[in-house]
Amino acid sequence: MSDVTLRPAGDAAWFIELEDRLDEAVNDRAIAIGRAVCAAGLPGVRDVVTGYRSVAVHVDPLRADATLEEALARLASEVTVATGQDAAIVRVPVCYGGELGPDLPEVAAFAGCSEDEVIALHCGRTYRVYMVGFVPGFPYMGTVDPRIAMPRRESPRVRVPALSVGIAGGQTGIYPTSTPGGWRLIGRAAVRPFDAARTPPCLFEPGTRVRFVPIGADELARLEGQP
Amino acid sequence: MAAVAVTKPGMLTTVQDLGRWGYQQSGVPVAGPMDPYSHRLANRLVGNPDDAATLEATVVGPDVRFEDGATFAVAGAEFPLTLDGAAIRPNAAYYAGPGSELRFGVRRRGARAYLAVAGGFDVPPLLGSRATSLVSAMGPFGGRLLRAGDRLPIGDARGGPGPGAEEPLPLVLPSGGAQIRVIWGPQADAFTEEARRVFTTARFEVTVQSNRMGYRLDGPRLAHVRTADILSEATPIGSLQVPASGQPILLMADRQTTGGYPKIATVITADLPTAGQLAPGDWIAFAPCSLAEARRALVALEERLGDVGS
Repeated sequence: MSDVTLRPAGDAAWFIELEDRLDEAVNDRAIAIGRAVCAAGLPGVRDVVTGYRSVAVHVDPLRADATLEEALARLASEVTVATGQDAAIVRVPVCYGGELGPDLPEVAAFAGCSEDEVIALHCGRTYRVYMVGFVPGFPYMGTVDPRIAMPRRESPRVRVPALSVGIAGGQTGIYPTSTPGGWRLIGRAAVRPFDAARTPPCLFEPGTRVRFVPIGADELARLEGQP
Repeated sequence: MAAVAVTKPGMLTTVQDLGRWGYQQSGVPVAGPMDPYSHRLANRLVGNPDDAATLEATVVGPDVRFEDGATFAVAGAEFPLTLDGAAIRPNAAYYAGPGSELRFGVRRRGARAYLAVAGGFDVPPLLGSRATSLVSAMGPFGGRLLRAGDRLPIGDARGGPGPGAEEPLPLVLPSGGAQIRVIWGPQADAFTEEARRVFTTARFEVTVQSNRMGYRLDGPRLAHVRTADILSEATPIGSLQVPASGQPILLMADRQTTGGYPKIATVITADLPTAGQLAPGDWIAFAPCSLAEARRALVALEERLGDVGS
């Protein structure tokens, strides 16, 4: 299709760009193109990274063919898009509020509702993983109910505890490790998004569908105690 | 197993191979050497494959002791190297007897040197790579800097000289700064015409807020046409991303896999090794070039390394 643009990023990467908007259909198409590029096994391709509305193809310029640009353009125009509606849903148990979700009161104030209602709103939708980035395993998910879509903090925390669940505008995510971060923290997840010893190491990929399930502190302790 | 022990760690010494490719889709940084050319040269001098693990030393080098005899070579930044107190040359293979001490001292030129031993450093790979990612704490020794007392096992040497058909030449080290070639984009059109002009005419300074993830550059402000935010996407090696401050950040080996700032230009592969030899205080100037020029420059660099028509 004509709305696909190919742009070089230096001589070691190409971007396959779609329409510049945050949109599930655009992201579905990026995901389908990313998978098609991976499956094609083109020489010199060493990483394929799907973003919200683009696919980055990292290449070893010494090994890539001169015809790579053409091959990518053809793959992008010929790809069939799956809607992702029948993809398996990953359930993520979350212990909300208290010390584990220190920003829950602020989000409730922002929304003008109770903390329980924020939890119900956050758990009431199936999210899509638009992309994974920032740190290993961090899923950028959307779209949260506009009532609880509180913008990120003006000044990021120096240290966000690992497995914190946060909101930043229309996005929600899980911090796989302890890092600095500015998202509003509302709870603690009982799953590890990334584990290098696991196959595959990452729980999420672009297109994964995610549902949060509220659990109590004792249930979190029980799940964390499991191997 | 034969090993090398770190007796003094230097400023920032890590184990690196050619990087942890294949997992960026999951947010795993590639890491790998800041100057891949000198990493490969050091390996070739001792008969290793290019992806064997080396030690990357930064500005202040380490002292190491060879617990067992080993053939080694140092390439990259120029340090006053000594083996058991006697001066030795960079870019040449030496044999260190059991108990020998190699000292780096403080660099004279360039920023990063690579120590290769015949057989490579045989630390356990993680996700197929022995590269250290400090930002994600992945790789050997839990992904941290080397410390005094760390022991690095040496793998089996395959023997024989390197694979180069010709004698490889060292990288031309920058002295105080360097002109670096770039290809515009992918978001050059997010910047004003004036910003694009300034980008190619001004000199920028590598600030002290620079590390293996990237260099924060100081110089004239680069103005965006509208906004400094884009929908997050991949951040290839050599990207020059520009946040709202207008000060560019050159993304290097241990960069994050994604980012949400527009990228005005991207450093070409052939000039990444030179960029990797810059230190805080050095200047950097950007010269736009075409994809065809980038390819020619890379072929020329490979020839310098001894890969002729491969």
